Amino acid sequence: MLVLALDTATPTLVAGVARRSAAGDAEVLAERAVPSGNRHAELLVPTVREVLAAAGLALADVDVVVAGLGPGPFTGLRVGVVTAAALADARGVPAVGVCSLDAVGSGARTVVTDARRREVYWAAYDAEGARVDGPGVVRPEEAGLTGPLVGDPRFAERLGAPVEPAEVTTAGLLHAAAGPLADPSSAGPLVPLYLRRPDAVPPTSFKPVTTA
Amino acid sequence: MTEPLVIGFETSCDETGVGVVRGHTLLADALATSVAEHERFGGVVPEIASRAHLEAMVPTVHRALAEAGVAPSDVDAVAVTAGPGLTGALLVGLAAAKAYALALDKPLYGVNHLAAHVAVDELQHGRLAEPSLALLVSGGHSSLLLVPDLAREVTPLGRTIDDAAGEAFDKVARVLGMPFPGGPPIDRAAREGDPAAIDFPRGLTGPRDAPYDVSFSGLKTAVARWVEARRRAGEPVPVADVAASFQEAVADVLTAKAVRACRDHGVDHLVLGGGVAANSRLRALAEERCAAAGIVLRVPSPRLCTDNGAMVAALGSRLVAAGVAPSAPDLGADSSLPVETVSR
Repeated sequence: MLVLALDTATPTLVAGVARRSAAGDAEVLAERAVPSGNRHAELLVPTVREVLAAAGLALADVDVVVAGLGPGPFTGLRVGVVTAAALADARGVPAVGVCSLDAVGSGARTVVTDARRREVYWAAYDAEGARVDGPGVVRPEEAGLTGPLVGDPRFAERLGAPVEPAEVTTAGLLHAAAGPLADPSSAGPLVPLYLRRPDAVPPTSFKPVTTA
Repeated sequence: MTEPLVIGFETSCDETGVGVVRGHTLLADALATSVAEHERFGGVVPEIASRAHLEAMVPTVHRALAEAGVAPSDVDAVAVTAGPGLTGALLVGLAAAKAYALALDKPLYGVNHLAAHVAVDELQHGRLAEPSLALLVSGGHSSLLLVPDLAREVTPLGRTIDDAAGEAFDKVARVLGMPFPGGPPIDRAAREGDPAAIDFPRGLTGPRDAPYDVSFSGLKTAVARWVEARRRAGEPVPVADVAASFQEAVADVLTAKAVRACRDHGVDHLVLGGGVAANSRLRALAEERCAAAGIVLRVPSPRLCTDNGAMVAALGSRLVAAGVAPSAPDLGADSSLPVETVSR
């Protein structure tokens, strides 16, 4: 089974193609991690073309698309999710969504990524790599997260513990998707893990133009 | 030879639109809207709109293709609004369009939302006369454009210096206790009112003012002051008269400036577009003044005046026919895309 994996939940855009055996072993054929910042929409499709070309494959060869559903900054996150949904729809293949944090590091760990607004997204995993807590969003100073911490090292000081640098990888996305990939046709629609509500408060009253 | 089949994506504000056209023939105009989710905020909330676009995108594509009776593999080109608009909202449609273009191996055209509002008229009234003048008025835009070549050259003559015409409708509606968006309820209330009841100001109509620019901020404030003064005095507010007089001021200024621009530039075709072009008084007054000035007026049906995917497909179709080069693979969205940039 040929898998195209995409993730835009962090400032690093990830696109990769991998072959997954019936036994569930994944072999990454080509992968790009592009530090694209806020240019995911510009660079994702060209990057998908690149990884397919590097693997000597065409999009028509892809059997399933795996997408990171975040959590991540909303605007960039949606680029990867809608791209995966549209590619899968146009090719008539299933799309499978995974929590992007599941694709960072391996084994027992707590993953932290930048949630902006001085907060981190986090999730905790046991020795088998199964998520046991999270995903959540929290201020690092109030997090009380237990190590080993992996992910975005810029938060080490505010977390009060070292953070082993790690990013989303194609292998990580496939590993996270192992369950649904066993039966991809049963996957539901791709729904981002926003974790925060939109910032909007209904006005209680409108200010008059004139002051009495 | 059959004309190319073009699919168009529009997500610049709160409408998720996917349209399908063949040449100038409209085949499908599928729309999802998040307008009800914005009502309690009194305006469009970008993050709510963006989330709704993502949720609606693939189902709206399915509806459009089904309505057109075509398969994805029949598509010859993909067009998408690349700006202007809300960045987060634009990016959902842009990313989806890029993905469909890649998966279908078809050229992609990133187009200007305003030029698409002009192009949509070709679906109803055939090829546009060139040059034409276009008056585009909506909740986000108020522009007067000279259109020598819709595929390649659009020149801005004037624009609002403050609020868009649609914003003024929304704010006046709020003052009068009407729901968002304000255009339809004001239009309805105005039918029972006297447009000459209150002499609201006509902004930027003095001899030294920019001839083609418009301003609605002063008008909006004048309406609010008038209504609040009534309320303070404990007098009833004649809602229908206020609505009719406000609407008259907007329609008067817009049509007078559009007709003047036609005359000054020797252009005898005027196209209306944008959500405010659905306003019945604007349409009637434009008709009256164009007829008097010997100008041919073209107005799309109200459904096609508001944002939709068919307008994007219509402009895409025009670009394909004109042999304009498709967009580069690293096409992005530009929230303030200049109107001169028809495609990028």
